[in-house]
Parts: sequence; structure tokens; C-alpha cells
Amino acid sequence: MSNEQLNDLAEHIQEHLEGKVLSYYLDEYKHAESEIVLLVDKNFINDVLRFLRDDPDCKFEMLLDITALDHPSRPSARFDVVYHLLSMSQNNRLRIKVPVKEDDSINSAIETYVTAGWFEREVWDMFGIPFAGNPDMRRILTDYGFEGHPLRKDFPLTGYVEVRYDDELKRVVYEPVTLQQDFRVFDNLSPWEGMTDVMLPGDEKAVKPKFSGEKPTTLLSK
Amino acid sequence: MKQNLKPLADETQIKPYTMNFGPQHPAAHGVLRLVLEMDGEVVERADPHIGLLHRGTEKLIEYKTYTQATPYFDRLDYVAPMNQEHAFALAVEKLLGIQAPPRAQAIRVLFCEVTRILNHLLNVTTYALDVGAITPALWAFEEREKGMEFYDRVCGARLHANYFRPGGVAMDMPAGLAEDILDWAENSVPKVIADLESLLTDNRIFKQRTVDIGVATKEEAFEWGFTGPMLRASGVAWDLRKNQPYDGYEQYDFDIPIGKTGDCYARYLVRMQEMYESIKIIRQAIEKMPKGPVKVDDRKVSPPSRAEMKSSMEAMIHHFKLFTEGYHVPAGETYAAVEAPKGEFGVYLVANGTNRPERCRIRAPGFAHLQALDFLSKGHQLADTVSIIGSMDIVFGEIDR
Repeated sequence: MSNEQLNDLAEHIQEHLEGKVLSYYLDEYKHAESEIVLLVDKNFINDVLRFLRDDPDCKFEMLLDITALDHPSRPSARFDVVYHLLSMSQNNRLRIKVPVKEDDSINSAIETYVTAGWFEREVWDMFGIPFAGNPDMRRILTDYGFEGHPLRKDFPLTGYVEVRYDDELKRVVYEPVTLQQDFRVFDNLSPWEGMTDVMLPGDEKAVKPKFSGEKPTTLLSK
Repeated sequence: MKQNLKPLADETQIKPYTMNFGPQHPAAHGVLRLVLEMDGEVVERADPHIGLLHRGTEKLIEYKTYTQATPYFDRLDYVAPMNQEHAFALAVEKLLGIQAPPRAQAIRVLFCEVTRILNHLLNVTTYALDVGAITPALWAFEEREKGMEFYDRVCGARLHANYFRPGGVAMDMPAGLAEDILDWAENSVPKVIADLESLLTDNRIFKQRTVDIGVATKEEAFEWGFTGPMLRASGVAWDLRKNQPYDGYEQYDFDIPIGKTGDCYARYLVRMQEMYESIKIIRQAIEKMPKGPVKVDDRKVSPPSRAEMKSSMEAMIHHFKLFTEGYHVPAGETYAAVEAPKGEFGVYLVANGTNRPERCRIRAPGFAHLQALDFLSKGHQLADTVSIIGSMDIVFGEIDR
């Protein structure tokens, strides 16, 4: 679909769901079709999904995916729950983003699309966002008795516990992770790109502030 | 006839009981643990416990550069590695605003279809194995082995290819490979598929085990998020290669086989027919294979050739930077989907402008399919559950990620 058609569709959706759809925009790409993104109030997610499924101009018959994004430093809402819908009759896709605060729950989409069940379980498992109304909110991918939510940004890549088979106890035992070597992450970001406005670690020793209270912003300022 | 049969109600008082199926079971296709609530032989509820192969791919990718992330996609659905790299490559290309050159696109299409044949050969025959036929598996694995040799010749590995890279493919095909693939696809594969058909399609036992088992109507298929052969078997003509073509699929002439009944047998038939269609595409891809580069001509994304590296300082620097720092992808997000052999495989990629993705969500078709196992097997017998699992084309690498 062309950008105008997508814009018309998004406008049509927003008109019918005033107050429920906060805003919309198109993600545009040079060599591919644009994608509609709707920002939806979390209290009305089911109304929005039902409208998108049943409205003859939308007809998003299939819920393809539910996932989440973690923004630990965003003050308004830590998580975005992201829904991907597909319309086969209109040959169109749509993305819905729903901001959700930490420790907040969101209504389950299971009454509109049954396939939401496992996807919501996975979001709960990985991010710790509970879905109200999902009858089966068990963990799905992690171990029985697992603690924590691994895809949160503050969860370490190595995790907290490791398992091994203990030959003396004749069973699997859980132990805190011990690394043979410190876990190191190199970002490998180029030190010679954008050198005009960065302070590299250690630079503060070489540069003395010109004026009290104001930090130097460039290396050239010395 | 009435003799002295006791009333059934008294005799068949069977307590419902719970049964554990897998994770170590040959028909569980990997590490599926299934907790079945049974009423005698009849399944009342199937509760799949998954995650035994969970490796945290999505988390690992957040800590890797885009170049380092590609091999993880081979390890998802390890029966169809290149199709998944394809989805990732398309997602990154979308964000970078580049397109693979025509020759790279043709090579991608060629290998996607080779992979589709390999995948379906594995699925159809192990499925037959589950319902009692051992010969198909022995016959098809020979063909699969030949197909994996092509993988070996093009990228050096039989399974974990790491061949489709954002911006093209890793290297050009070696001389003579295209002819050998064509020979394989035209002379060797159709014979084996025909043999499989003669063994299975009209086989009384196979039909008894699959016809009318695990029926999903069109509406149910939509509801449960079915894609790929699972959806087409329910009578929906939907194939991303046709409906939302990527990498030049619109230039190829092929048909989309659909099933009528939506049962396990229809899924088998759809897969068999899809292999013939893949052969058509392979033939066209090789005949029309354009000449030219196989990577975009942008040194900020794709590395220079070895020869160039030895003589040009700039090429040397580019090579070094690409394999240490990697390329930067502009901030943004996208969802790219391909028609993998098992269904719609999607990558939802969120970039933050650095050399590593902020988040890389993998949408695996098998995840949605396996969820429907409860609904498909309800009221069927235990042995039918095995047929249903076989017909779903379950591979745990992609479901557990």
C-alpha cells in the first residue's frame, strides 16, 4: 500500500477510536513499504484490537506476535508492549505499541485473538508484565522455578544461577554463576568518530575546566 | 447378538489420568514435554511444556554486533537455516535503506528454495516415521545429504551457513555449483518425491492415521495464528512469496498449493506439492541468474574483497572496522517477514544507531502452531496426537529460541 493509503487507514482508525489510540505514525524505509504504528492507551487495548479485527476497512484477521521493549530510563513508562497484526484480505500489516509502567498490568488480548495466550506468557516470562484475564500466566521458556525476567535490560547476560549434574547427590544442582574469567563487553565503538563533542574516559584528567561549574564539552576546548 | 453384555457405563469407568510424553521421546521431534490429561485413550487436554532448548538468542543478540548476530539465526530452525538469515538480512537492509544486488537476490531465492525442499523432505518423512513408515526417511535422507553438500560448497558448512548477510551474500557461488543444483533438482529430487508419493499418498495405513485428524478450519487457522503450510492446508491461499514478495520473488512463476480439508493429510499433501513448486523456482533462478556483484557496493556495510584488501590501505581499514566495530544501523524499528518452510518467520528489529541492536525479536511460526496442539488434539486418541505433532513441522530450535 502507498503511504497515502496507509495514512488514510491510520486516520480512519484514529477517528473511530478517539481517545483510545493516542497517536499514530508511519515508519518509512527507502526500499520497502512503510509500516503503520499505533500508540494505544493500555486500558483500551481490547477495544482497539476488536475494532481492527472486525472493521471492514481494517480486517486484521491474525495476531502474529506480541512482544515488549524495555526502556529502563524512560520516566513515563518503562515498557512498550508491541503487537503485530496481519490482514490477509487487505494485504497489510500493523504494529501497535502500548506503554506500560513497571509493576502495572495490561489486559489480555485472549478474548479477541486466542493465539495471544502463549505470546503473553512469554512476555510475562521475559519481561515480567502481567496480563490480566489470561487464564494461564505460567512461565513458558525458562526453567521451572526460575527467578527474574531475562529480557529486562538490568538482567545480566550470564544470569544468576547455573545448573550441573552432581554425581554424589545424583541429581541436578543449582549454584550461583561462577565465571572462569570476568565477563567483559566491548562496545567497539569507534574512538575517532564524533570526536568533537565526546569525553572519553580519562580525558577529564587532561582538561581543566575553563570556568568554574561548567564542564568542558570538547577536547578542542583546552 | 445382545447376549449378556454388561451395560457399558459400568464397565468403562476409567479414571482420568495425567500422562507425561517426552522430552525424551522419538515422536516429540526434539525436546517437547507434553503433559496429557487422558480419559482412557482420549486426550482431554494437552499441555506442552517448552523451553528445554531455550538459549536466550534474543538476549545474546543484544550484546553482539549485527555481523555477529547472523549465525544465531542458523541455530533457530536448524532444518532451514538460510531462510531465517534471510529475514534478519531483510530487516537490517530495510533499516539501512539498502537492497541486495540482483545476483545476490537470485542466489538467495535459489538457496531458500533448496532449503525448502530439504526442510519438507525431513518433515514429511519423519512424520511418516511417526505414523509407522520407516522407508521414506531412509530414502529422503540421502537426498537431503546431497542438498546439504550444496550448502557446504557455497559457504563451507553443511548446516550453520552464515551465508546471507545484510547487503547480499557472503561470497559468490563456486563454478559449477549452479549446474549441479539444477541437475539435482531436475533429475534426482522429483524421483524421490515421486517415490515418497507412491509410498504414502495412497497408503491405507498412512491415510488412516492422518485423514480427518487434527482438523483446523479457515477461521480456526486465523484465530490460532497459523502460517505457511498449516494455513494453506486449511484452504487459505496466502504465501508471502506471492502476496508480499521480497528479493524478487515476483519475477518467478510458481503456484501456491492449498489443501481443502485442513487435516494432517492435507498438510502432508501441501508440503509434497510445494517441493515441486520449489523445483520450478530453482530452475528459473538458475536460468535467469544475473551476472554482477553479490554484495552492495558500500564499504560501510559490506567488506572489500581479499585481493583489494592486500593492495588498498582504505580497503584494509574498512575490513578491520567492519569486523571489529561492525556497521552502524540508523535508529528505527522494523518488522521483516519471510515465508520460511514452516510459515511466517519474522524479525522485529529495533536499532538505536549503534553497532548493536537494541532489541531483536524473533517471531517463529512453530510457536503459534504448537500452541494450537491443545485445540487440535482435544478428543483425539493419544496416537493421533503424534500425527498432529508430526504434521505441524515442529523444530525446537525456533520455538524455544
